[in-house]
Amino acid sequence: MQEQTAGAEYTVEAKNVDFFYGKVQALFGVSLNIKIRHVTALIGPSGCGKSTFLRTLNRMNDTIRNTRVSGEILINGEDIYKEGMNVVKLRRQVGMVFQKSNPFPKSIFDNVAYGPRIHGQHDQQQLAEIVEKSLVDAALWDEVKDRLNDNALGLSGGQQQRLCIARALAVGPEILLMDEPASALDPKSTTKIEDLIGELREKYTIVIVTHNMQQAARVSDYTAFFYEGSLVEFDRTKKIFTKPKAKQTEDYITGRFG
Amino acid sequence: MNAFCDKFCFGLMRLVTYLVVLAVGYIIFDIIRHGLPAISWEFLSAAPRRSGAAGGIFPAIVGTLYLVGGTIAIALPLGMGSAVYLSEYADKNRFTELIRLAIITLAGVPSIVYGLFGLGLFVLFFKFGASIVAGSLTLACMILPTIIVASEEALHAVPQAYRDASLALGATKWQTIRTNVLPYSLSGMITGAILGIGRAAGETAPILLTVAAFFLPKLPKSVFDQVMALPYHLYILATQHPEAEKVRPLQYGTALVLLALVLGLSLIAIILRMHFRKKYRW
Repeated sequence: MQEQTAGAEYTVEAKNVDFFYGKVQALFGVSLNIKIRHVTALIGPSGCGKSTFLRTLNRMNDTIRNTRVSGEILINGEDIYKEGMNVVKLRRQVGMVFQKSNPFPKSIFDNVAYGPRIHGQHDQQQLAEIVEKSLVDAALWDEVKDRLNDNALGLSGGQQQRLCIARALAVGPEILLMDEPASALDPKSTTKIEDLIGELREKYTIVIVTHNMQQAARVSDYTAFFYEGSLVEFDRTKKIFTKPKAKQTEDYITGRFG
Repeated sequence: MNAFCDKFCFGLMRLVTYLVVLAVGYIIFDIIRHGLPAISWEFLSAAPRRSGAAGGIFPAIVGTLYLVGGTIAIALPLGMGSAVYLSEYADKNRFTELIRLAIITLAGVPSIVYGLFGLGLFVLFFKFGASIVAGSLTLACMILPTIIVASEEALHAVPQAYRDASLALGATKWQTIRTNVLPYSLSGMITGAILGIGRAAGETAPILLTVAAFFLPKLPKSVFDQVMALPYHLYILATQHPEAEKVRPLQYGTALVLLALVLGLSLIAIILRMHFRKKYRW
């Protein structure tokens, strides 16, 4: 795989990350480098820490009381847990799509314009351009362009999830975190989301948590296998799914547990 | 046996429910039957004469409106603020548990105690005198727990997913609350305000010592003036008036006006609530 961009090869560098919910440790010394403009899948059985790790990358775990992180996470070389880190800036840089689509009970337009607006963009012309571009990038524009003022909750589940992706794209992130983005969708909508991920990887660094191993194999370039809070194996997806090094990885991907 | 119990129990519950409706219905019917003959343009628009034995109740209507307005203006922002702090910002610890306990206790304090508290603090200590300010502040203290509890419930009803989505887009906590939590919880908060309005308009004891005038046939000029108020006027006519029997129709008339006023204010609030519910549905 040839790297096109000049400069750093990795967008995210996690070094020895521990994470605690109160006294319960959920991550044990996770070190992982995520390559720029590639798709990295995090897989593993429930409770293995893959979602927790994902949420350390945009500090969404901060919203849960009584949590603690140690180790180092660098995004574009900047330690995001350093004293005085601007979390607002971080989250503009690192967008997130959640497991359950969660559009605001507002119009389609207002959903996508929400991010730019809170960041101070109030020019109607500019907003309209951002909204159109984001919806086009999220492969939703053609379906909704005639009803931008309708309530977003009137959309189908798959459309809602693509709207959430458009909403995340609208603030211009570099990295997109996806927490099982298709797990609540029907097969057809899932295919659409997967195709979309394939397109988005041209412009964005994507980290996706998934339960679905075929999905990881289909959409990702790299795969990280988590088990009981530790990173067991991390390699090219092809390698992980054909010649895994660790026995646990092999057992998991062949469906022997999980 | 089970089928019988089912039928019997639900029948009983239905009966009890009907009884409640019946009681309310009878009270309203009785007040309308006796009150309606007393209602006239003069009764609604003129000042009372001969210690309330003749004339109208206009100053009392105005006084009650001022008090309700003042009370809501004080209690709604305070209550909403407390609720936002408690449910969105404060950690769950002993201290916030204590605050919650205090709020629940506050809700159970008898209204006459609020009256005495208002007299001591607002009338005497802050030297507001018996006035609209002192009365509104006292009533506000009284309805604060209702508004806080209703507002907190309204905030809890907003799905966490909206907060997460907003925060993940780089919104600050306050931006998130202002744009994606408060608007959706407004209808629930207004419900709290409706309950508050009813109590503020109808209570006698808290205003007895802090604002209400026995007989004051003119309108207030400032918020530091005393006013007449409908519930207190009713109380005076019914129990303290030398010709209590003779002024019976006026009592019913006053009660009817008070009832209509509370219903009218609640109706405005309900319409507002419906407006917000329609705007944000999930």
